[in-house]
Amino acid sequence: MGMDFSTLRTLISRYCVGEENWVDSRTVYIGQKEPPPGTEAFIQQRFPDNRITSSKYTFWNFIPKNMFEQFRRVANFYFLIIFLVQLIIDTPTSPITSGLPLFFVITVTAIKQGYEDWLRHKADNSVNQCPVHVVQHGKVVRKQSRKLRVGDVVLVKEDESFPCDLILLSSSRDDGTCFVTTASLDGESSHKTYYAVQDTKAYNTEQEIDSIHATIECEQPQPDLYKFVGRINFYMDSEPVARPLGSENLLLRGATLKNTEFIYAVAIYTGMETKMALNYQSKSQKRSAVEKSMNAYLVVYLCILISKAIVNTVMKYVWQADPNRDEPWYNERTETERQRHIVIRAFTDFLAFMVLFNYIIPVSMYVTVEMQKFLGSYFIMWDDEMFDEELGERAMVNTSDLNEELGQVEYVFTDKTGTLTENNMEFIECCVDGHVYVPHVICNGQVMPGAASMDMIDTSPGPDAREHEELFFRALCLCHTVQVKEEETVDGIKHGIHQGKSTSFYISSSPDEVALVEGMKRLGFTYLRLKDSHMEILNREDEIERFELLEVLTFDSVRRRMSVIVRSSSGRLYLFCKGADSAIFPRVISGKVDQIKARVEHNAVEGLRTLCVAYRPLSQEQYQEVCQLLNGAKLALQDRDKRLAEAYDLIEKDLILLGATAVEDRLQEKAADTIESLHKAGMKVWVLTGDKMETAAATCYASKLFHRNTQILELTTKRTEEQSLHDVLFDLSRTVLRQHGGMTRDTFSGLSGDCTDYGLIIDGATLSAVLRPSHEDSNSGNYKEIFLEICRNCSAVLCCRMAPLQKAQIVKLIKASKEHPITLAIGDGANDVSMILEAHVGIGIMGKEGRQAARNSDYAIPKFKHLKKMLLVHGHYYYIRISELVQYFFYKNVCFIFPQFLYQFFCGFSQQPLYDTAYLTLYNISFTSLPILLYSLIEQHINMDILKKDPSLYRDIAKNSLLRWPIFIYWTLLGVYDAIVMFFGAYFLFDNTTFTSNGQLMTTNTQMMFGNWTFGTLVFTVLVFTVTFKLALDTHYWTWINHFVIWGSLIFFVVFSLLWGGIIWPFLNYQRMYYVFMQMLSSGPAWLSIILLIAASLLPDVVKKVIWRALWPTTTERIQTKRRCLVSEPSTIFMLSQTSSRLSF
Amino acid sequence: MMASSYNAKEEDGHHSGASSHGGAGAVKSKKPDNTAFKQQRLPAWQPILTAGTVLPAFFVIGLIFIPIGIGLFVSSNNIKEFEIDYTGVGESSPCHSCAKNFSWNSTTPCLCSVDFTLEQPFESNVFMYYGLSNFYQNHRRYVKSRDDSQLNGDRSALTSPSKECEPYRTSEGLPIAPCGAIANSLFNDTLELYHIDANGTSNSIPLVKKGIAWWTDKHVKFRNPGGNGNLTVAFQGTNKPVNWRRPVYELDPSDSENNGFINEDFIVWMRTAALPTFRKLYRIIQKKPSSTPTLPSGKYVLNITYNYPVLSFDGRKRMILSTISWMGGKNPFLGIAYITVGSICFFLGVVLLIIHHKYDTRNNSADIPN
Repeated sequence: MGMDFSTLRTLISRYCVGEENWVDSRTVYIGQKEPPPGTEAFIQQRFPDNRITSSKYTFWNFIPKNMFEQFRRVANFYFLIIFLVQLIIDTPTSPITSGLPLFFVITVTAIKQGYEDWLRHKADNSVNQCPVHVVQHGKVVRKQSRKLRVGDVVLVKEDESFPCDLILLSSSRDDGTCFVTTASLDGESSHKTYYAVQDTKAYNTEQEIDSIHATIECEQPQPDLYKFVGRINFYMDSEPVARPLGSENLLLRGATLKNTEFIYAVAIYTGMETKMALNYQSKSQKRSAVEKSMNAYLVVYLCILISKAIVNTVMKYVWQADPNRDEPWYNERTETERQRHIVIRAFTDFLAFMVLFNYIIPVSMYVTVEMQKFLGSYFIMWDDEMFDEELGERAMVNTSDLNEELGQVEYVFTDKTGTLTENNMEFIECCVDGHVYVPHVICNGQVMPGAASMDMIDTSPGPDAREHEELFFRALCLCHTVQVKEEETVDGIKHGIHQGKSTSFYISSSPDEVALVEGMKRLGFTYLRLKDSHMEILNREDEIERFELLEVLTFDSVRRRMSVIVRSSSGRLYLFCKGADSAIFPRVISGKVDQIKARVEHNAVEGLRTLCVAYRPLSQEQYQEVCQLLNGAKLALQDRDKRLAEAYDLIEKDLILLGATAVEDRLQEKAADTIESLHKAGMKVWVLTGDKMETAAATCYASKLFHRNTQILELTTKRTEEQSLHDVLFDLSRTVLRQHGGMTRDTFSGLSGDCTDYGLIIDGATLSAVLRPSHEDSNSGNYKEIFLEICRNCSAVLCCRMAPLQKAQIVKLIKASKEHPITLAIGDGANDVSMILEAHVGIGIMGKEGRQAARNSDYAIPKFKHLKKMLLVHGHYYYIRISELVQYFFYKNVCFIFPQFLYQFFCGFSQQPLYDTAYLTLYNISFTSLPILLYSLIEQHINMDILKKDPSLYRDIAKNSLLRWPIFIYWTLLGVYDAIVMFFGAYFLFDNTTFTSNGQLMTTNTQMMFGNWTFGTLVFTVLVFTVTFKLALDTHYWTWINHFVIWGSLIFFVVFSLLWGGIIWPFLNYQRMYYVFMQMLSSGPAWLSIILLIAASLLPDVVKKVIWRALWPTTTERIQTKRRCLVSEPSTIFMLSQTSSRLSF
Repeated sequence: MMASSYNAKEEDGHHSGASSHGGAGAVKSKKPDNTAFKQQRLPAWQPILTAGTVLPAFFVIGLIFIPIGIGLFVSSNNIKEFEIDYTGVGESSPCHSCAKNFSWNSTTPCLCSVDFTLEQPFESNVFMYYGLSNFYQNHRRYVKSRDDSQLNGDRSALTSPSKECEPYRTSEGLPIAPCGAIANSLFNDTLELYHIDANGTSNSIPLVKKGIAWWTDKHVKFRNPGGNGNLTVAFQGTNKPVNWRRPVYELDPSDSENNGFINEDFIVWMRTAALPTFRKLYRIIQKKPSSTPTLPSGKYVLNITYNYPVLSFDGRKRMILSTISWMGGKNPFLGIAYITVGSICFFLGVVLLIIHHKYDTRNNSADIPN
């Protein structure tokens, strides 16, 4: 439930960073003053200066370093090798053909990266040169930020951001606190309080500060933002004093000082050692399923390429065995060539063939895919429907590499609080000793005056209960970490709250706490502020009560509770504790446990979030004991968290139960509709929550995750207490499998309407029991398998009582199961980060619990309901688009290169290229690049509204269905067929011996002869038109842009060819294309054969498509056809398609 | 990577800060533009290939292609073509001895003549070709063995030809003009045609050697160094290709305008053929002004000056006479292909019609989950 997420975060980040022991510590001399001799001798360390370098390159190393980085990519390296081979050996095509595209790609990338780096340099410079105020010899001196050294004492004023990681020494506020916003670090805009070291908080001027003589011992820098341990040693008195330092004393670089006039602080981590700098390491890259298939195809094509080259090399030497073929009198070798060894010659020939066919793996595919992903992701950001007016936020894309993965999701793991629900907490009721209190009027945050707003449902309590009631309300007013945010008026603090105006409001990292404190306000107890370690409460009689805050035992998700120790004005000591019922009840020794328990359960079933409150009076001795325990733990440099947890465990015991609270968290708008759609789309939705089972289950019913006819299977501690885990698991699997037998098919085809759904509920404890590797026998592996088997057959799974790490574990477990399903995790809080990072696609909700989730996610959306459009529309489109892009790219390059392979059989395997250099180079760059790029950006095979209305269409593309091997083979065969038609079509037109002994065809009326370049140009012309028309046939959504690029690139090809052949180009050393294209077009048969060959190439694909659509239509195709039939009927949805009736075939 | 994310983050921090303060400007700037393009709602034509829509297209293609094919086939069949192999492989063939005793060094040309009969008269212009088989003009080493700058009259390229011409770049220390394997292997048989009329006298048939090359080649791509002035002077300092008997400026002793690089036989040869069996235009026989056929049926003699050896690589030489039509030379393939594709389309149209009636209608009436 999250009262304070900092401990929780520590856990997560520890998990993410990996448990590292920072044995090494550093010693910092405050104000660069040496400690007095006689103290332990420290070895003075060298610390870096405060220069931040986020830039990767310098002016000098840019070119070599950038080149190195770029050529580390396999594809670039491959093209570099091809290019070098072309430079070294005598190859059929000029090095330009592969050098130019490579150069283009490398240059564009280098310019982009160079520009980004220049921006970074500029940003670095402005940061490094910005002035900071440093206290030196009792005076404030301005220094450039980069000259700041560890140990310098810095003066920071309001609204300035901290230049490095600092330990707060003193502040302008009397209590030695300061307020900080870490918006630029973790996105949380709430103000956090930091505390000065107690011994120095009085030192408020630079002279005083300069007189401090102390050293700080702390751990070496580490990236965890929320973790810091250290110790400060004072040498000002005769006896050195040591005080603990924790993360509450550490001001992080990047955070900004707020509501505090100035502070003095000492630098401990500088420059690249600050936590901010250590944190911005790149995340591990996620790769999509499409990318994986693409790489598999690449390997196939590489094999094809190599085998083609080997076949041709072998054929060449077989063919050349006859010396008259090898070296006829008209075509002799040079002397040097003759003397070359046969092995070297063969190897050179092999390389030459490789070069000739290397275009089958085109550079441009990588560029196009990257561009498609990058540009395509803008459509997500631009989507108006994913804009949330309330938050003023739109969808955010953090990585564009995973666009298509959104169309492949099989498992959705969602958080409950803040994701399914609003995380807009509202205090509903509280229950003290079984009496229920409900505040009447709910008026957003507005304070309702007086006790009148309290309503007691049960009979009036006796005097004893009266006392408990008072204690309960005070407990809730005191036991929290809420801050009061003041309006920036001079005396706003004094009067604001008192007068009941909302000039001040509560801020906390946990909305539950705010709801509780506000609820208390409505019940008559107003928390005013924390001042000088005293908490002030305005009670029902308008009196201010002051409690001295002695200790705060912060919340963490393992303990699931928090406590405070306070001293009342009368001097009595209390420990107030609030937490989850399961965390409180075992520690309670008295109180009306049964009544409260009943009420808690009742509320939980209603879907309310419940908390229990208990207290423990402390005697002075007990308090001393507690203090000792805590201080001992706090001073520890190592394992501090562990020792603290142990201390907390000892302190929070023997509690007396006071009562319970209930807070409502409403479902997000359209959450149920979204979950239903996801179900219909064939996704399995799992809810992972830290909440208790009843609450979570209620939410699940409300959000239609479970239906009325869902059979719920429980795998909870309650059940495993009765039976052994083993038996429960086998029981469940038997239940599930009995049904499963006959209906495997149903769940995938069509809507799984009437068959029984199963819903599984599992809790954290049982889950860890299932996953725990047991040592006794090999049975444990089976548990995992059985559990997975059960899960596979459940349409919905609810995991409650989950620790953040368990969320990630579940995702990992499903990811690693044998079908390797694509997983998506969605959450809003810091506790979801681990699962967001773990899943294939991580989606963050820009929620109330900070921005941590959104920041670590791949995509961030404002609300849960936007997930529907994200997956069903955007994901579906991207998948369709990129799969066509990948298949089409391979197809068009098979069409391109296969004729060249065939030509080798007719030119003595001499590596003679069929096409001119310009055509070889530009085919992928300009003649056929734009249509597919634009197709892959704007294709919509079905209207957006239909996709949203009919989620089952999503099943059509499940399991990477458009990139499976049969489809890949179909495309490849189609490419080979087209290549054969084109090549042999031209061959028979040119050849005069095959068909009778006849004429020179393809001649104009002037009867001029055509040569090999005309032959190649004819094939190439047919090729360009065929592949472009093939794409046109696949296009279902013809906007003006499609028309423009498709017809435009054909026109460009023709214009280019006319120009290329129309001029004697002075920079070329050959003029082989001169007038070739024009001569070809001036011949009637050429036109006729171009038309014929294009038609023949396209024919089979059209026939296949039409027949498949008629005989074995997919759901998508049915909908498309149906839509066509509906075109004539007026309908708002089909408005756009009305043009089709006019323009149809 | 690290820094770019770092920048993005800082920027974001600003944004979130701004919007949390409720700045109206920040909210406004985040709202996506509601344009048709950005919302992916551009008006579009959405065609779908179904049996119903494709059907008419198939019939139309069938109906257009079949007549075109028939037309092409008929006109190709109307073209008269005569071909004769004069390689001299067989013992009995008239050129056998020439082929057998060929030597590069012989100074006296070997002559032979082949008799043939034309069964039908050849009307209109008749084109005379020589054909070579098993001659790999498309071999890579051969194709690139030329220097287009030299052929374009570039003076520096004339004296120092491109390296691509090796091993036909220099001879006896002088640069070769024209250099390279293609030029070196120029077809140099001389073919003459005589008609034997009824009374046995043989009449020489006039063969026109102009207009056999592309106009652009003759006038733009190929140029003599230093214009068409004194070619002997222009080509001074160069050597003839090793296999040539005469230097390039004496290729056509009869016509001074047809010498040097702009010799049309040379230009035709320089356009390398696409396939190892090819034919090249040799001469044109102009139609006579009178109504008599260009080549009346009857007996003819082909006189050959046999200079070009092909037996060493198992090649063949042919002489071809052909008339032309509107679609060029004789080529039944195109016509047959058109008829085939047209018929397939027509057939598929029928198949699709059946499918359409059987399935498409059924699908349409079938209830689809809405």
